Amino acid sequence: MFQGLFGRRKSKDQLKDRLKLVLSYDRAKLSPGNMDALKRELMTVIKKYFPSDGSDLDVKVEQQGERVVLVANLPVQRG
Amino acid sequence: MNAKAIVVTSGKGGVGKTTTTANVGAALARLGEKVCVIDTDVGLRNLDVVMGLEGRVVYDLIDVFEGRCKLRQAIIRDKRVDTLHLLAASQTRDKSALSEDRMRDAVQALLEEGFDRVLIDSPAGIESGFQTAASAAQGALVVVNPEVSSVRDADRIIGLLEAREITEVRLIVNRLRPEMVKRGDMLEVNDVLEILGVKLIGIVPEDERILVSTNIGNPASLEESPKLAAGAAFRDIAQRIRGEEVPYPSFDQPTGFLAALRRFFGGS
Repeated sequence: MFQGLFGRRKSKDQLKDRLKLVLSYDRAKLSPGNMDALKRELMTVIKKYFPSDGSDLDVKVEQQGERVVLVANLPVQRG
Repeated sequence: MNAKAIVVTSGKGGVGKTTTTANVGAALARLGEKVCVIDTDVGLRNLDVVMGLEGRVVYDLIDVFEGRCKLRQAIIRDKRVDTLHLLAASQTRDKSALSEDRMRDAVQALLEEGFDRVLIDSPAGIESGFQTAASAAQGALVVVNPEVSSVRDADRIIGLLEAREITEVRLIVNRLRPEMVKRGDMLEVNDVLEILGVKLIGIVPEDERILVSTNIGNPASLEESPKLAAGAAFRDIAQRIRGEEVPYPSFDQPTGFLAALRRFFGGS
């Protein structure tokens, strides 16, 4: 939304984000395309324990300092 | 750098490995080091032409490996700087003629014969050519251009160097275009360093005179003209390899760039 106010986002910032993401997968020796399959399988397991349709499950690989970590984020519904 | 045998590598082709090897090698020699640059790109040799020594190649690295000549017969001494030497790759063979053991033996022999520094020009890629070039090295210069494929490949190469326990890995950001950095269309040096997480040893601006000097086979770092921006950058790299502290010129970077760089290196 800020892009409209301040002009286009710098292409180098887009590149930086893309590189950080792709290098996380490279370093973890994972293919980003497999994440969808992983997400689907995770959901079938999670559904057994949590009341969720899984639409808000977010699974990604992140660089945290020296380590590459797999982060799965799922807001648990109340009530 | 403590390493006497240094591999110049990048993963991706065409980013300036051979130009860097020729120019840094020549600059080190000009500073008085006895230098041998070795081309390991068997089948696609180019270090000889970039240095203007193609007419003097008689024997090559593979001739040494296979016992057709002695090591010293294959070494070409540069007539412009008499401490500069070239060991050419074979143009007629392929990478299968390479051998890590023989590579290590050859580099060891050069150092025992009194060479101060051996720069090993690696072929592109991560296969046997690169592996052989890296096998004899204790240090590495990773050449990277500030663009997506080069940075990604450099990251892969850095991982492979670490796997080989080559710890002295230094980054050269080559072909930087300050005007593109200024308008936010090219990664800044600090971005590249943040992404790759290795130490910087040189920033070389894009400079069309590099092409002119390779056209005539005279490394830009040997030319005296202070106008040769890239040539001067390669000379700075040679000094930093020797442990001297050389400030980075601004290359007309955005405000705060130099300050940020200094902060990055803990300088004042």
